[in-house]
Amino acid sequence: MANTIKVRAKLAGDVTTVKALVSHPMETGLVKDKKTGQLIPAHFIQEVTCEHNGNNVLTALWGVAISKNPYLSFRFKGAKVGDKLTLRWVDNTGKSDAEETVID
Amino acid sequence: MTNMKRRTLLKGTLAASAVGMAIGTGLLTPRIVLAAWPKDSFDAKTVDAALNGLFGSSTLEGNDKIKIKVPDIAENGAVVPVSVEVEMTGVESISILAEKNATPLTSSYTLGSNTDPFVATRIKLGKTSSVIAVVKAGGKLYSAGKEVKVTIGGCGG
Repeated sequence: MANTIKVRAKLAGDVTTVKALVSHPMETGLVKDKKTGQLIPAHFIQEVTCEHNGNNVLTALWGVAISKNPYLSFRFKGAKVGDKLTLRWVDNTGKSDAEETVID
Repeated sequence: MTNMKRRTLLKGTLAASAVGMAIGTGLLTPRIVLAAWPKDSFDAKTVDAALNGLFGSSTLEGNDKIKIKVPDIAENGAVVPVSVEVEMTGVESISILAEKNATPLTSSYTLGSNTDPFVATRIKLGKTSSVIAVVKAGGKLYSAGKEVKVTIGGCGG
């Protein structure tokens, strides 16, 4: 799968701010296809995890009510410039993607 | 005899390498992760049912240390920015619920020990609804809510 994650992590003082954008349809399973009149099956990210130096800093559990092409931001302490941060998602069809970024 | 042994050996290595590849490419790991996704809570039709599923309790204490930031009026219910910031220590998780959505639970965030009690995302609102943040800290549940007026719904065609 093409890369679906854009993630930035910036350190200010002792707090790292992480901002991530994922391109994903986040289909609820309630919307009809305008051409065929058939329901579009639910297709959404269920879990997003973020690791810093092997430690889990955030686990997000998502339902269908997260907007299309989701945005997520959070902050954590204890990182240095140059540290690696990995963001990973898994959707309800079992697809997944991960992206590593360097804190700056 | 030697042929037979060779064959079993071959089969064994093939099977092992297939499993190894599956783990390597992330084919197997997501299944294990997915088992933790609380389907009942996400399918729950009321706020109380969703909270009971997640935390085993729906007793909430109001708290003015939870700052929930949402627009007063959302022109497009499909994309409503929400951010929750908590001025408390020892926050374990933050959940965001939309009271009037068909399934109120939108998302739940478990924080690591060094993670600030802050999350921001964008949610869908079916209609004008109260957006509720539920914070778990020290084994107790705290909440704060704010109403968002929606002019065009975001859940359905």
